[in-house]
This record gives sequence, structure tokens and C-alpha cells, in this order.
Amino acid sequence: MSQIANYDNQMYKELKEIISEKKKIRNPLIEVLREAQAIFGYLPIEVQQFISSELDVPLNKIYGVVTFYNFFSMKPRGKYVINVCTGTACYVKGAPRIIQMISEELGIEMGETTKDGQFTLSAVRCVGACSLAPVFVIGEETYGRIETKAQVVDILNQYH
Amino acid sequence: MKRIDLLICCGSGCVSAGSLKIKNKFIELLEANDLRSEVNIIETGCMGPCDFGPVMMVYPEGVFYQKVTVDDVEEIVTEHFLKGRPVQRLMVTEDDKLKATKKEIPFYQKQVKVALENCGHIDPESMDEYIATGGFEAIGKVLSEMSQQETIDVVKDSGLRGRGGGGFPTGLKWQFGFNNKADQKYIICNADEGDPGAFMDRSLLEGDPYRVIEGMMIAAYAIGASRGYFYIRAEYPLAIKRIKLAMEQMREVGLLGDNIFGSAFSFDAEVRTGAGAFVCGEETALIHSIEGMRGQPTPKPPFPAERGLWDKPTVVNNVETLANLTSIYNKGAEWFASMGVGKSKGTKVFALTGDVKNTGLVEVPMGITLRDLIFEVGGGITNGRKFKAVQLGGPSGGCLTEKDLDTPITYESLLEKGAMMGSGGVIVMNDTNCMVNVAKFFLDFSVEESCGKCFPCRLGLKQMYGIMENITSGKGKEGDIEELIRLGNDIKKASLCGLGQTAPNPVLSTIRYFREEYDAHIKNKSCPAKVCTSLIHFDIDKSKCIGCSLCARKCPVNCITGNREDKYTIHQLDCIKCGNCDDVCPVHAVNIIPGMHYETLSAVQPTKKDTY
Repeated sequence: MSQIANYDNQMYKELKEIISEKKKIRNPLIEVLREAQAIFGYLPIEVQQFISSELDVPLNKIYGVVTFYNFFSMKPRGKYVINVCTGTACYVKGAPRIIQMISEELGIEMGETTKDGQFTLSAVRCVGACSLAPVFVIGEETYGRIETKAQVVDILNQYH
Repeated sequence: MKRIDLLICCGSGCVSAGSLKIKNKFIELLEANDLRSEVNIIETGCMGPCDFGPVMMVYPEGVFYQKVTVDDVEEIVTEHFLKGRPVQRLMVTEDDKLKATKKEIPFYQKQVKVALENCGHIDPESMDEYIATGGFEAIGKVLSEMSQQETIDVVKDSGLRGRGGGGFPTGLKWQFGFNNKADQKYIICNADEGDPGAFMDRSLLEGDPYRVIEGMMIAAYAIGASRGYFYIRAEYPLAIKRIKLAMEQMREVGLLGDNIFGSAFSFDAEVRTGAGAFVCGEETALIHSIEGMRGQPTPKPPFPAERGLWDKPTVVNNVETLANLTSIYNKGAEWFASMGVGKSKGTKVFALTGDVKNTGLVEVPMGITLRDLIFEVGGGITNGRKFKAVQLGGPSGGCLTEKDLDTPITYESLLEKGAMMGSGGVIVMNDTNCMVNVAKFFLDFSVEESCGKCFPCRLGLKQMYGIMENITSGKGKEGDIEELIRLGNDIKKASLCGLGQTAPNPVLSTIRYFREEYDAHIKNKSCPAKVCTSLIHFDIDKSKCIGCSLCARKCPVNCITGNREDKYTIHQLDCIKCGNCDDVCPVHAVNIIPGMHYETLSAVQPTKKDTY
């Protein structure tokens, strides 16, 4: 946390550069928040305060935006975020079962992060790979047609 | 000229199924066989039949291969490319007949490709290929020969209506945008495709980005906008990349920028990405999101065409709407209007998913029947199961049943039946689906995605969800259905935006067509489809049980006891219905029985807290 509170560190320098670049477009708040989350992994209040002073936008407005959109998180997330698709096709074909399997395997509930900081279990609304349902996504990889727990375990083991 | 064109589908479905690995294997083997200079490998957008994926086509013959694996590549190269003998075992077969080319495959036969014309045929990252298929002819014609009003009139005559859900006539929307005078106007492409089960916009942006940009330019010219925005979901990184790349290429050659084609028309666009909020598909919410605010809708009027982005006249068109435009200007409004029935003209792209054989992306003329769509194009229900319902229009839509299968699909006919066109997600369900549970799923979606601004949607949907939760957990009571209908109708009437006005539809339509299932849940405490875990129970058939104790050992809550002689018994009060016993039983002695066990029935009578 000390790193987050210290505005001198490298991450803030990087963010500051991005902000001065993004200031060129009109109302860049959401774009800036996206970049900030990419740098810090999440958006703690300290980062929001920093953006507030840099962009000259009230903190309450930034907080409002951060809490409105699913994409932004105020809690630290794991190194790998497992996004289980809970779109209709996946739901009909067994997304709840996948969630249960991953949850059992990692010992975390939906929205939680493992103690070692490796995985966060999260759900997304339709990744548009409905024909492979049920699917989950880790990073840029999509894993489809998941039927057994053995498949889930195999996939998760690749990330350990 | 190369001897062979190899088109590999690199739509999301096929990429997930491994098409990129296959492409690399092709490159490796072509080089090994010294064929690299003879075979042109093209990564295309979605070809449509995702369930057959990874798919590819080989020209000049037009041979269509399905379910190709990395191990099949060698055979294709040596047999087909070297010896000229197409690999029959990788072709589609239907009723034991080989279907070598796309035209012969039933999946394609009833389809008419307009918006998807190039999708799966061209390299979406090559502007030259787009131009070779007649790209930018429409914008050229519009800019050099037509006035703004004439441009609008063509779309009016074509009868094109918004493809994002509402079905508002596009020409009329443009007319409003044109009539409102201002120093600056905007055009926005709505690519915030949030409906679960819909991926047509994604496929269009990924498979034919230039077409969507050209459509946006025509719209911009018609209304007098000089600036455009693509609002694309963050979940679609490839679509974002492709649109950005296409715009860069166009800027380089002057197709975007000042005085396009030497005319007085100047235009440029930029991409803004969504941040995961379903409500941002609503146009006023989308506009606020671009403005960097919470994506909450505001009342209309004022309509965006009057006061939209940064208070300037703004027209918001959906991706598919824009993708239809080039064909309308190239082939004429009459041609477009000749397809479809009644007030629904042209074609519609549907994402066919669920328990149907040929899942994927299809484009069919408006007015096709659901039966043709599901059983002809879709190939029927998987695993020999029975068709139960089809869900159209996502969380805003409704479920239709067997008896509606011969209804022609139009905006009006679907609304009348309690569903809606929506963006075009078609989810087919077989008889193992519990309709109450499906309705609860959609309601859960709407509750979570409600932006919280207006009362009926924010709290009303939560009330409905509470009742649904009770019904599916065995706490349903007399009068719940009537209360759901009352709440649903009130929410529809009183909500501010399209989300709230349509969110009760899944519940209302399932009550309309599957009331007996609701009754079974409420009165008999039973889930006939054996989905709602509270309303089923597991039982061991002692005549089949061999007393192996596997179930007892695998039970996470130790609620199975017994021995080899007396066989095993599940203690119903402790059972959490995880299904482990059923999974491990070597002789299938565990039965899943609809309805609560009498022992548990008394334990779940509604308490005051659970009553809504």
C-alpha cells in the first residue's frame, strides 16, 4: 500500500504522462481510468485522487464513474482474472457449474482473489463466443466447451 | 497471382477453437513443401457456422472444410494442394451426402448476405481487398452525385430500420438530424453490444470494418456531421483494433480527413471504449458515457437528434444498420425493399446459439419463419432432444414456443407475441431447460445492469427478482404470479429508458406461455425440468444399489449412510443437492426426482422476511 500512497513512484510518473497525452481528447476520464487500471491493476482511492488533481475533475465524479462501470475495480485483483461467461448461451449450457468447479478448485467465491494473488474469479456478460459455450476467459485466451472438472483443473494448472 | 487462396476463418469462435495455430501450421508446412509462393493465406472474419469451427475455404474450387485440427493440416497440404485431391473426410456431410462447397451446405442455403456480404470472404485488415469488392463506391457516388436530402430519401425508400433493437426508421432519424441546424453535429456508431447471446456487431466490426466506417461516412454526410464516434465494448479488443487500423489506413489515403474525394465533405472519427455497463447501449446513456460520465439515460425529448453529444445534434446508429448502407446505395432502395415483408424490409443478422445444431452467425431475409431459422438454417435441436422454447431479444425480449414457430419474423410480429427483435440474439432451448429459471436468469441480469436512476426499474425489478427467488426455492405462494404480472406491467409503463421498459418481458412472456411451470413450482414445489435444485431431490434406488459406498464417501456433507446389506440412503434434510452421488454411482442407482422431498417440505415454509 505504501507504493500506492507515494506519488513519487514510477507508476504515477507513467500515469502522469498518459494523462497529459489524453488531455488532447475531449472528456478523457474513462480512457484515463482504463489506463490507470492497466498500470496499477486496480483503482484505489489514492489513484483516483491523483487523477482528480491532474484532470481537474472533482473526486466525487471520478468515484461515481469508477463505481458505475463493471470494468473498474477498487479492490486489488489477481495476476490472472478468470472471467466466466454468464451470457445466456453459456448459462443454458452450464456456466453455473463451471463457476462452482473453479470456486471449489481455488477455494474462492465469485469476485474473490486467491491468497497468493494469482487468480481472481469474475463473471462477464457474454464474450461473444456463444458457439463454444460454456466458456471462460483468462487474459486473451478463451477456453470453450468446458464439461468436466478435469478440464478446468488442467487449464488452471497452466497458469501456476 | 497465386494458384490457391486459402481462407481461414479467424472469427472469435474459430480462433478460440484454434484457427491461429492451424494457420501457423499451414505456413510451416507450405514452406517445407516449397509451396509458400503458390498459396495465399487469408485470415478472414467470421464465416458463420461457428459450431463447425475451425472452418476454412479453398479457392478456386470453393471447397469448404470443417472442424480442422492441427493434425489435419498435413493431409490438406499434401493431398489437396500438392495432388489436387480435396480431403473428403473434412467436408460437411448431410444425410450421408458430401457437401463440398458452401453453396451445397443447408446452413447457407436460406441465407441472404447483405451486411455480412464480405464477412468471411476478405481480409479485414486489407483495405485493398475491400476496395476490390466494390468498397467506397457508395460513398463516392453519394458525395459526387447526391444532395443530403437525396441521400436521406434513399434510406427512407429502402425502409431500413434500426437493427439494434428498437427498429426506429433510419431515414426518419437522419431527417431529424439533418433538419436541426447547428455548427457541429455528430454521428455515433453504437457498438456496445451487451445482449448476452448476441455477437453480430462484433463479427461485423472484426470481419468487415471498412464497410461499417463507409456506412458511417454516408450517414455523416446525410445529416451534416463532420465527426464520428465508435462506441465499442471493452470486451471486444479485436474489434477495437481492427476499426482503429482501418481508420488509420483510410486517413493515409485521404478517405478520412478534409475534402474527401475532392468534395466539400470533411469527416473523421475516433473510437471510445465502453467500460462494462449494459445500459450504455441506450443512446442517451451512451452519449453520457462518451462525455466521460456515468452512463445513465436521460429523458427523451430532447432526442439526441436535437440535443445529443455535447448538446449538439447527434444521430446514433447501430453497427448492423450502418453495414447495410453501402449495399442500399450500390444496389438501390427498391432492391433492398424487395426483401422482407410488411414494414420490415431487408435482411437481419441473427446469432444462433443454445441447443441448436448449427450455432453461429446467420443472415436471413426478414419475414422468414422461426421454424426455417431454427430447423433449416440451424439444423434442429442437438442430441435428439425436443424443442421447448426460443428466446429472442436478450434480456429485453421474450420466449416463444412451438406454436409460434410458423410466425414470420418481423419487428411487429415479435412484439405482438411478447418478444422483440432486439439486436438479434436467438437462443434455442430444449426440454431440459426450466423456463422459470431462465426468466430468473434474465431478471438477475437486468437487476444488476439497472443504472439505478429511476425508481421503477431500480426497485421494481428487485421486487420481481425476490418473488422469482422465492418461487424457485420452494417458497412461492398463491398470488405470486399475479403480483409479478402487476409489477411487470407497472415497470414497463413507468421506467425512463428502454432497459426498464423491456426488462420484465422475459418473466411476462414465460408466464404467458409456461404458466403451468410456474404453477408446478409454486403449488407442487416441483421443478418439472429438474433444474431448480431446491425443488428436486435425489433418491437412491435400493433395487439397483450395490452397496459400494462410493456415494457416501464422495458426499461433501456426509448425508449418505448405509452398508452393503441395507444399501445406502440419502438424508434429505442435510442434502445440498450437489449431484456428486449421481456422478460417481457406478450402477446409476441415484435418481433425480422433481419435487421436494416430504421431509424437507415442512422446513421451508415462508418466513415473514421472505415475503415480498
